[in-house]
Amino acid sequence: MIENTPVDVGHLTVRYGDELILDDLSFSVKKGEIFIILGGSGSGKSTLLRHMLGLERPESGRIIIGDTDIAECSEKEYAETLKKIGVLFQSSALLGSMTIAENVALPIIEHTALPTRAVAEMVRMKLALVGLKDYEHYLPSEISGGMKKRAGLARALALNPEILFLDEPSAGLDPITAEEIDDLILDINRRIGTTMIIVTHELASIFAVARRVIMLDKTSKKIIAEGTPRDLKDSSPNPRVRRFFSRYDRTERKTEIKTA
Amino acid sequence: MRRKDSSQCTYQLNPGTDGRWTLRLFGTLDVNTVSETLRPVTAAIVKSKPVFLQVDLSGVTYMDDYGALLISELRHSPALRDARFEIENASAAAAETLKRLGPEHDNRPLPAPGRKSMNIVAELGDATIGAMIGLKFFVAFIGSVFLSTVGVIKKPNTLRFDDTIGHMKTTGVDAVPVVALISFLLGMIMAFMSSLQLTQFGANIYVASLVAVAMVSELGPIMTAIVVAGRSGSAYAAEISTMKISEEIDALSVMGFDPILFLVIPRIIAAVVVIPLLTIFSSFFAISGGMLIGVTMLDLTTASYFQQTINTLKLFEMFWGLSKSLVFAVIIASVGCLRGFQAKGGAAAVGNAATSAVVTCIFLIILFDSLFAVMRSYW
Repeated sequence: MIENTPVDVGHLTVRYGDELILDDLSFSVKKGEIFIILGGSGSGKSTLLRHMLGLERPESGRIIIGDTDIAECSEKEYAETLKKIGVLFQSSALLGSMTIAENVALPIIEHTALPTRAVAEMVRMKLALVGLKDYEHYLPSEISGGMKKRAGLARALALNPEILFLDEPSAGLDPITAEEIDDLILDINRRIGTTMIIVTHELASIFAVARRVIMLDKTSKKIIAEGTPRDLKDSSPNPRVRRFFSRYDRTERKTEIKTA
Repeated sequence: MRRKDSSQCTYQLNPGTDGRWTLRLFGTLDVNTVSETLRPVTAAIVKSKPVFLQVDLSGVTYMDDYGALLISELRHSPALRDARFEIENASAAAAETLKRLGPEHDNRPLPAPGRKSMNIVAELGDATIGAMIGLKFFVAFIGSVFLSTVGVIKKPNTLRFDDTIGHMKTTGVDAVPVVALISFLLGMIMAFMSSLQLTQFGANIYVASLVAVAMVSELGPIMTAIVVAGRSGSAYAAEISTMKISEEIDALSVMGFDPILFLVIPRIIAAVVVIPLLTIFSSFFAISGGMLIGVTMLDLTTASYFQQTINTLKLFEMFWGLSKSLVFAVIIASVGCLRGFQAKGGAAAVGNAATSAVVTCIFLIILFDSLFAVMRSYW
């Protein structure tokens, strides 16, 4: 079971003070899958992600990453689990005082015993993978938002994690750059077979990359829909789900008129 | 081809004829195993000095780009510079991973961030230009602070009154405990140290005069100013620099606010009001500390200590100390804000702004204190 479902969340309930944020969520992610968590603002997407990364402990429920329940494990087990995951943060979270190359080298130097020159070669391979071959000596403040996402992705992939978490990978980017990031995600998933969990509300990205989607709801605090994006858009019994996806429809229709 | 949880990698290096060696790799080649295997394999190859190295991958069950890195490092190892190198029995997936590595091999050390030129003339020029830009910014800042102050005097309702009160609380009221404690201890220390000398002449009562004059005209203002520079000067710089790098100041400008009027003037007014008050507190607590030592250790009565203090202190000393603390207040608030506005870049810029605000404040406080001392000798 562990082999095929690297991530398994069961009956997860989260409360901040008296306020219920997530109510009894259960889902699991298959190996090599691109799994999208979506929902409107305030639906608890980011809270769910923070709990899956072990940054916060839930009130009740289990969060199994790899073969460890990070809702209950010890510090040592948590540190072991962290080696299996990579995270691309929404703001890329590159360290501003280091170059792009040093940012990518950081986890490699920390977690391997490779000699410096081999680390340098690995960093160049990872940067080439995300299309940032000639930017190794740039500081994060000197490159664009899309490049920062790519560099953050290279850093998240530095140790070839089994599971990759991406928080809003294409938010705040122009449509072309966002599409490039989506393509990059698909390409990496196809080539390396990394399991990916993406938190987003960008409809274009959802249709481009998702194999399976769960949708969180602001009012009920539960998962209100699960399935492929096409299924949810065309045949969800829930009007709220259809409304979320119909925004895309409208823009699609507009472009059709333009081209016609 | 799947990654096993208990991954392992082993190798065999077998000699053949005419300096031909075969390296057989077995098991998983991923981040953990390559990290452990690379050094021993390289060492073994350097020792055997092959003329022709064949790498046999038939025993490899899983290989990712770290495996490719291992192969690449071996191929380009200095020990094999003139040797032939061949890869054998690579599985389809391994071959694809190796292909992705490409013919290029680039393991030069990573570039460190830093300055591009190391030419002394260029650096000198760079530093001079930097200093001139800083000076220009400083003059412009002082000018706009002055203009905004005039504006506030003309139209007092443009002042953000609530903000000013808030800054008075954080800069003044919240600083009372630390200023009081430091001054009380300082008064005790001064009384004790001076008594060591004065008791030799039976002049114990002059401890009161010494503590009063030193604190009111000199140490009270300077100690208070240094404490407030550390507490609030740095806070002003950190807050404003964070606002600067997160574009909040640009947002204020675009909404039609004058950032100087919005952020700097309330802080300057708050500092100018509370720092002289803190200075009075400081002198009061220092005199109390001196009195504690005088009464408990020097056989003075409370009344005589009090009387001596009143006799020594002239109104001029009070006025002198308070005028100094007014100047220090303007220095602390404006330097703190100036350093905040000068910040550029990321998280490190906020730290630099706070550090540089405290250093500049303390330097200017001491400098102006010396100027006051010179002025006084010609008064």
